[in-house]
Amino acid sequence: MAELKVSAIKEGTVIDHIPAGKGLKVIQILGLGELKNGGAVLLAMNVPSKKLGRKDIVKVEGKFLSEEEVNKIALVAPTATVNIIREYKVVEKFKVEIPDVIEGILKCGNPNCITHYEYVTPKFYVISKEPLKVRCHYCERTMEEEEILANL
Amino acid sequence: MDWKGRDVISIRDFSKEDIEIVLSTAERLEKELKEKGQLEYARGKILATLFFEPSTRTRLSFESAMHRLGGAVIGFAEASTSSVKKGESLADTIKTVEQYSDVIVIRHPKEGAARLAAEVAEIPVINAGDGSNQHPTQTLLDLYTIRKEFGKIDGLKIGLLGDLKYGRTVHSLAEALAYYDVELYLISPELLRMPRHIVEELREKGVTVYETSDLMSVIGELDVLYVTRIQKERFPDEQEYLKVRGSYQVNLQVLSKAKETLKVMHPLPRVDEIHPEVDKTKHAIYFKQVFNGIPVRMALLGLVLGVI
Repeated sequence: MAELKVSAIKEGTVIDHIPAGKGLKVIQILGLGELKNGGAVLLAMNVPSKKLGRKDIVKVEGKFLSEEEVNKIALVAPTATVNIIREYKVVEKFKVEIPDVIEGILKCGNPNCITHYEYVTPKFYVISKEPLKVRCHYCERTMEEEEILANL
Repeated sequence: MDWKGRDVISIRDFSKEDIEIVLSTAERLEKELKEKGQLEYARGKILATLFFEPSTRTRLSFESAMHRLGGAVIGFAEASTSSVKKGESLADTIKTVEQYSDVIVIRHPKEGAARLAAEVAEIPVINAGDGSNQHPTQTLLDLYTIRKEFGKIDGLKIGLLGDLKYGRTVHSLAEALAYYDVELYLISPELLRMPRHIVEELREKGVTVYETSDLMSVIGELDVLYVTRIQKERFPDEQEYLKVRGSYQVNLQVLSKAKETLKVMHPLPRVDEIHPEVDKTKHAIYFKQVFNGIPVRMALLGLVLGVI
């Protein structure tokens, strides 16, 4: 068994199999930088992985993330798996899933979209998950994967 | 669907049934207007027309429609005469104007502005063009015009000519025509072809789509030729533009190859893509199309106000 480079947590959530380099973005999207429960947030980057070659891991102490919350990271980390930990044991495990509606995470790639000019939360409808394609609720323009990643 | 209080933002929000309701209401109102000269359905109601971008036809047509319905109109025709110039947000402008009116018609240079306005406002909002995105009332009047001329839409061969890449009118029209059993001929220079995702969507919905850059090769097939303006600034090179401009001018020579019953439409304003010599032929229906904007907008105003 590989040596643990980041200490195990007693209670909380481990987000594994994040594509290498996206760990910080995951922390940002989930707002873990402002975690108020006193727990630590651990980030391991560039960890060797059988599945991905290299991966990032985020461990959140004392907070159990719901599937809905975690699905927000599906756009940056579609490969991520989530483990809920109690008493150092994995009690629940799930994969992230791209939600049908994306609110507040993604900016519209259309520079002439009203969302860049008014105080409004951007909103997108996922019209295809594979390949990923979304439509802006406001300007109705569609974005594909490359453009989506550039606007996260 | 309950029409009272409904917003009209995008043709995507319309089912075929919705479209049919608008068209048949327009037909009814057109007849009534002809008989009575003036209707009273919207007596006591006020329409606010907020034009953040100039427009002749659409604004005047909405205002005329409201007057014909017996209602009153307030508004502005350009952003420079409103508080927007002082830096007021769109949301604040809408929240203010809705205190003065019963329905809002908005044209705005930014895409998505009408959707945002509709979310902010309690009263119904009608989109009269948001940047290069949608112009649903134009699409409805185009459908109304086709139906009026042919008594139906199903079974027709319809050609869309010109700038199919950037033209919002042809995008919405094509999407709406996908509800009907039509054959679409997309005629444009290579540079200005219809975006792939729209063509795919049309084919998925079962529309037969032909694409060509040669108008003459298909003109004899068509029942309707919908012409749009090709904008010079879309071309990297003026020579290229001049070549294209010449090849897409609809004139008597081009029409000599067309069916007797072909109807030529244009959302206007035109520059030189239809020669004025065509105006007097039985093919030209673009000024009738302008007139049809009135009954269609009357129908929409009446429906969302809940007065007809």
